[in-house]
Amino acid sequence: MACAILAVQSIQPGLLRYLAGNQAETRTLSTPNPHRLPSTIAREDEHLLVAAAKSGDAAAFEELVNRYERKIFRLTMNITRNREDAEDSMQDAFMKAYSHLGGFQEDSRFYTWLVRIAANEALMRLRKRRPNQFSLDEPIESDDDVIPQEIEDWGPSPEQRYAQSEMREILSGAVDQLQPDFRVVFVLRDVEGLSTEETAAALEISTAAVKSRLLRARLKLRQKLQRYFRQGGAH
Amino acid sequence: MNCDGVIRSVSSYIDGELGVAVREEFEVHLKGCKGCTIFVQQTQFTVKIFYNADLADLPAEARSRLHETLRRRIGESRK
Repeated sequence: MACAILAVQSIQPGLLRYLAGNQAETRTLSTPNPHRLPSTIAREDEHLLVAAAKSGDAAAFEELVNRYERKIFRLTMNITRNREDAEDSMQDAFMKAYSHLGGFQEDSRFYTWLVRIAANEALMRLRKRRPNQFSLDEPIESDDDVIPQEIEDWGPSPEQRYAQSEMREILSGAVDQLQPDFRVVFVLRDVEGLSTEETAAALEISTAAVKSRLLRARLKLRQKLQRYFRQGGAH
Repeated sequence: MNCDGVIRSVSSYIDGELGVAVREEFEVHLKGCKGCTIFVQQTQFTVKIFYNADLADLPAEARSRLHETLRRRIGESRK
């Protein structure tokens, strides 16, 4: 069968080595890495802080807020793409977490639990603002729009062609262009590092729906980054 | 596996969710298809570059408002 990826332009050995370490060019990709788990950001004393906060220690709760406020704002901002909504979602999420702390079962991470609350607060505001444009229940359209038609070489370390602030603008702009139902799944899975199961539970959708939306989001983002990272790209 | 199969399985491959037999088929295809090899590399790169990316800073004034609001609302909830 003919290759579905139609045009491969100037393959550089450097790119083939990229991300796979300095392996030989002809080697296929390295064994895939399972997705990182959010436990990598846990601190050992978190359960003590949670226990203290549960018993009414406001200072302990404030310390938990200090730890996660930046990540929660990033999450709500990435979902709503509106600063006012992001801030309101963050405030309500922390307040809701405080109010419901007694019911928090410590068989899951506090951060994962908090993310679930914050994602739902942000989604609620997104639905209010775009009532006819967003539903996690709607079926996804055909795959045709995400099938790559052309593969162009990005060269080695393409991100190094941009300053940090430029990269941030590029990545933020790319996420912004994703349709909301893909964006939410992508943000939880690939930016915040939740597992497929945690993402499915947070959004109350099936793991199959998470995987399907994640695939489409990743393909769309790769497509959007192509404009910047191809050799002689937009820079 | 053909190119279409690689495209549809790339996400599961990156996440290490493919079964052994399917992963082997996937990798056999990559050995003979440079286009798919680059495509998979670029998709892996895309996933890697977004992980934990600081796409939005919490503004100092928003942080102050958060803490003020929480103190007030927690204080009220205790009355």
